[in-house]
Amino acid sequence: MDKKFIYLDHAATTFVKPEVLEAMLPFFNEKYGNPSTIYSIGRESKKAIDEARDKVALAIGSQANEIFFTGSGTEADNWAIKGVAYANRARGNHIITTAIEHHAVLHTCQYLESDGFEVTYLPVDEYGLVTPEQVRDAVKPNTILVSIMFANNEIGTVQPIEEIAKITKEKGIYFHTDAVQAIGNIPINVEKMGIDLLSMSAHKFYGPKGVGALYVRKGVKITSFIHGGAQEKGRRASTENVAGIVGLGKAIEIATNNMEAKNKKLIELRDKAIKEVMEKVPYVRLNGHPTKRLPGNVNFSFEFIEGESLLLMLDMVGIAASSGSACTSGSLDPSHVLLAIGLPHEIAHGSLRLTFGEDNTNEDIDYLMQKLPPIVERLRQMSPLYVK
Amino acid sequence: MYSEKVMDHFMNPRNVGEIEDADGVGQVGNPKCGDIMKMSLKIENNIIVDAKFKTFGCGAAVATSSMATELIKGKTIEEALAITNKAVADALDGLPPVKMHCSNLAEEAIKAALEDYMRKKNGETGDNKTTSCGRRCEDIEHLHKD
Repeated sequence: MDKKFIYLDHAATTFVKPEVLEAMLPFFNEKYGNPSTIYSIGRESKKAIDEARDKVALAIGSQANEIFFTGSGTEADNWAIKGVAYANRARGNHIITTAIEHHAVLHTCQYLESDGFEVTYLPVDEYGLVTPEQVRDAVKPNTILVSIMFANNEIGTVQPIEEIAKITKEKGIYFHTDAVQAIGNIPINVEKMGIDLLSMSAHKFYGPKGVGALYVRKGVKITSFIHGGAQEKGRRASTENVAGIVGLGKAIEIATNNMEAKNKKLIELRDKAIKEVMEKVPYVRLNGHPTKRLPGNVNFSFEFIEGESLLLMLDMVGIAASSGSACTSGSLDPSHVLLAIGLPHEIAHGSLRLTFGEDNTNEDIDYLMQKLPPIVERLRQMSPLYVK
Repeated sequence: MYSEKVMDHFMNPRNVGEIEDADGVGQVGNPKCGDIMKMSLKIENNIIVDAKFKTFGCGAAVATSSMATELIKGKTIEEALAITNKAVADALDGLPPVKMHCSNLAEEAIKAALEDYMRKKNGETGDNKTTSCGRRCEDIEHLHKD
């Protein structure tokens, strides 16, 4: 079977790179020792974790002892927000975030609201951007934490993180960023940018699923997330996912190496896709910012059609993509991100997200452009909203 | 997640389009919820001789529209009115639970088109070509939980 398969959903997850898999494999059945033990195979596991921690620290410009491994990016977000909220409750109960965060942040904030915290959800402009001034204006005497995503998972918009961090620093408030989509994809330096807490997830940068990390700047007051043994300094107990952590370390090392050249290629693919879709398909809009966006992200809304139908038809021709339509979100409302940038419901339902990765080529875009326009037209012909 | 039959009716939908001189037209749904179904019918001697649809919606919405038009063709008005959303879903070998509201839409579209036909037949004004069920998304969500 040589059925065509083109993967354009790298923001959902990425394949594990062969070098990453190779680095992980010995830790399943050869070097399987528990890192908390003292004999040789246990020490090897411990050493492997230490090395992975060094690699993460090097990649984001932190100290190794400021990196804590978790089970996922969602867990890192949960820990950062709840951990800071509960540890600093005596100081205040107000949190600032945005309307376009990932549910890992939004639902955590909603949970905290049910426990007496107060949360401000900053609106965004038509491109999905918040301004540092909005953050400044939202700060109150009881504000303890600002959590703003580095780059949006749906529309790819990259926020002015460094400028926002200047304000939180000046006001003495902790600043967390959900960098799950950004880490390994764009340059990040927590020291230079003034970030206090940062979440990441290995499977977004060619590492394995089920492992993430939280950077916690030295001195940040945060509660422990999982109580138990002494792993991760007792703050996130659980026997370590050694192979996963090794995979994360290897993946972030590869991702940050030669990032500029890799991004140049991704930006070319992205801009080619944007240009061609905008030229060849009528009644389409680009969601997100034209330039302040992740190198591999495009997001369109096609009027008069619904996203799930579009995805099913693309899948039939071997193209894997995503949508913000209600039918793909498991609820009846379209994506909160697309609504937050001001799209009417019916336009938000017709969205398509394509996220490119290192395995994509110009030929993939050519294939996409051969298939996408007739599929959009076919669905429009079927739509009662489409009147020629 | 979808049965083969759903995928067949989605990829090769039957009876897509609009009947030019339709005897009854019904439109239900709401762009806010992401699904709109417009059904037009040709009726002779109390029998539905032709049915066509246009649908804005997900795979299940398109497939249920297609199946609904197939089910009512050749049926009397009374028989068509008796078709339930469950009958449409069953004819498609079932729908995922979260998609059951799409089959409600098909049932409602048939009813709306037939109501339009009855209105016209009884000499009421014909400009009221489409009716909306006026459902709200929240109501559908409620149905999901049932």
